[in-house]
Amino acid sequence: MSKMLVIHPDKCTGCHNCELACSMHHEGHFRPRAGRVHVYTWEREVFSVPMMCQQCNEAACAKVCMPGAMTRNARTGQVDLDHSKCIGCKMCVQACPFGAAVWDSLTARIFKCDTCGGDPACVAFCPTHALEWAEDLVSTRERKKSFATKLKNVFSEAAP
Amino acid sequence: MNGWMGKVLRVDLTSGKVTKEPLNPVWARQYIGARGLGSKYLYEEVDPAVDPLSPANKLIFAPGPFSGTFAPSAGRYNVVTKGPLTGTIAASNSGGNWGPELKYAGYDLLIVEGKAAKPSYLWIKDEVVEIRDAAHLWGKDVPETTETLNAETDEDAKVSCIGPAGEGMALLASIMNDMHRAAGRTGVGAVMGSKNLKAVVVRGSHAITAADPDGFMRAVLQTRKVISEHPVGGAGLRLYGTNVLVNILNSVGGLPTRNFTDGHFPTADKVGGESLAANQLQRPKGCFACIISCGRATKVTNPKYAGEGEGPEYETAWGFGPDCGIDDLDAIIKANYYCNEYGLDTISLASTVACAMELYNRGIITLKDTEGLDLNFGNAEAMVEAVRLTGLQQGFGKKLGLGSYRLAEMYGHADLSMTAKKQEMPAYDPRAIQGIGLNYATNNRGGCHVRGYTISPEVLGVPFKVEKETLDGKPELVALFQNLTAAIDSSGSCLFVTFGAGADELAAMLSTLTGETYTAADFIECGERVWNLERLWNIKAGFSSKDDTLPPRMFNEPIRTGTSKGQVSRVPEMLPEYYKARGWSPEGVPTEDKLKALALA
Repeated sequence: MSKMLVIHPDKCTGCHNCELACSMHHEGHFRPRAGRVHVYTWEREVFSVPMMCQQCNEAACAKVCMPGAMTRNARTGQVDLDHSKCIGCKMCVQACPFGAAVWDSLTARIFKCDTCGGDPACVAFCPTHALEWAEDLVSTRERKKSFATKLKNVFSEAAP
Repeated sequence: MNGWMGKVLRVDLTSGKVTKEPLNPVWARQYIGARGLGSKYLYEEVDPAVDPLSPANKLIFAPGPFSGTFAPSAGRYNVVTKGPLTGTIAASNSGGNWGPELKYAGYDLLIVEGKAAKPSYLWIKDEVVEIRDAAHLWGKDVPETTETLNAETDEDAKVSCIGPAGEGMALLASIMNDMHRAAGRTGVGAVMGSKNLKAVVVRGSHAITAADPDGFMRAVLQTRKVISEHPVGGAGLRLYGTNVLVNILNSVGGLPTRNFTDGHFPTADKVGGESLAANQLQRPKGCFACIISCGRATKVTNPKYAGEGEGPEYETAWGFGPDCGIDDLDAIIKANYYCNEYGLDTISLASTVACAMELYNRGIITLKDTEGLDLNFGNAEAMVEAVRLTGLQQGFGKKLGLGSYRLAEMYGHADLSMTAKKQEMPAYDPRAIQGIGLNYATNNRGGCHVRGYTISPEVLGVPFKVEKETLDGKPELVALFQNLTAAIDSSGSCLFVTFGAGADELAAMLSTLTGETYTAADFIECGERVWNLERLWNIKAGFSSKDDTLPPRMFNEPIRTGTSKGQVSRVPEMLPEYYKARGWSPEGVPTEDKLKALALA
């Protein structure tokens, strides 16, 4: 069974620890732009949402990748990027509907979430569990249960 | 350099000249960054006798070495200048994302000099620095300014700006960044306004490096661990925010009420963090790299005070609440939103409104003076309107914008201003809690709690418990907390990491990040150096031991009700011991020996 990254925007505090952990893990320094995850904040509403590669089953980035650098890994359920095959054509950047494949001009490489090989640094550094590394069969369990708890509270309070 | 970017950006608004200089590495080692390093540059470059609102004053924006790294809850910056409210050296500390972004743009310090001929803003995109016209922004509030600037520069740029209060040079004006975070105290927003500088907008793409990445990772994980396991740092602050303190301070009889005429407020619970969490709280918010998340995303639906934004902190809820005799949390939050939108310091303004209320209740000022504001204690609507008018610098708000000392002095009653060195004292009654009173009296920027937060041991029992009423050991405790805090402020870290972490953790992170070796004792010594430098500046600016005091009420009018009934502040008894603990002369002047030991002579 493979795992997936689940995002819980309701828990995100907009602290950017995920970007920093990602940048340090992959690049060895702190450069949020080098993060494979990015957090967007709406300051007026004080709401933040982390965005990252969804490891699509029908991955547009893999479909358009001419040299076959971007491939779907059936075993892990992830889209792998083999930098040695990448020719820097940036077609994946054009194709990804989430903007999750990024061209970094500083290192002249494509950046895309590789889940740190199955132990994502962003999840480890998220202080509020807004990012969750979950078994993909039960990936929405927590969200379902959290909503179920709200219902439970409403109904148990309404009971005589 | 590691941790530091190694570069200073200097902008002369008078001539329009932009220069980039290497950072002085010896000063960086000795003063760390942020508050300390900014103060060292100010000390070397600006005459302490300068008129704070003149072009000769400088405005220094300074993140610390931790800012922009994942050192936990360490994404802060300081604004260092001569403060117009106090006349002291000022370093106002703010979170959010702006400080780290200045580092990513490549700079440890931004030094703004002179005065622009017309309203202007700075646009910094890595090496490209432009002084741009801000005519279209003048008069706009903070959210509008921020959104307009993001639209015309870069959507992801970070904005630090003033609102109408700063433009009008209200002495209580703050500098706001990321819409809701404030470099609030000592009137730094008025200095920015005096320079015709509406905003500094930054976008950076550079990397911050660590000297020993693996060692830094280990030190960071250890610091995260001790904070996460602490009941306050790991859970309490996220759950209830700083406003959990309302009920705690009220229970110990240290919640200043009605302009400090009392230390207990019967309906305090209505404005506390628990009420906030049950009603207006939407979710916790974190500053850059924060793991504590004490920020409050709130929403008020009551149509009279409707709005959404961030806050209140404890000191804000106290100030617009009990200190004004008010227990309407919706009104308090609305006053907080106005302060954020117009760029005002909530603590100083709240205490100034409370002072005006006392002047009004005593008949010293009338409806004619207040231009129709019925400023009775407890009148929430009038309080909110007073805040709005101060933000816009209209009507009676112009006088409120001067702060409580100048306001009360204008009517012959400076004794009714609850200030130390003309800055309003925060939400902890110095009659009930002796150490915090000594800290207010000796603080280098006047009435301020965060630079010697003895409330931790005296009320919360963190990291150890001391009795709040006793004087024994308090001078040494205050000096130690002031030194440690000066070092923390200089690192770019938030003070709240001390809910779990101490000098050991911070020194380990700083050493592995910068490659300079700091022991815990070295780290605290850096703080002591910063404190003494600030003291030297203030002495040169004309301050002396006679200014190390509190309002006469703190000594002459005991608390009337609650658990601290009958108590007064005993600062005069502690002051000589404090000077001794600091290695200063009986007149409060750092001795030659002390200065030599700190490499200040």
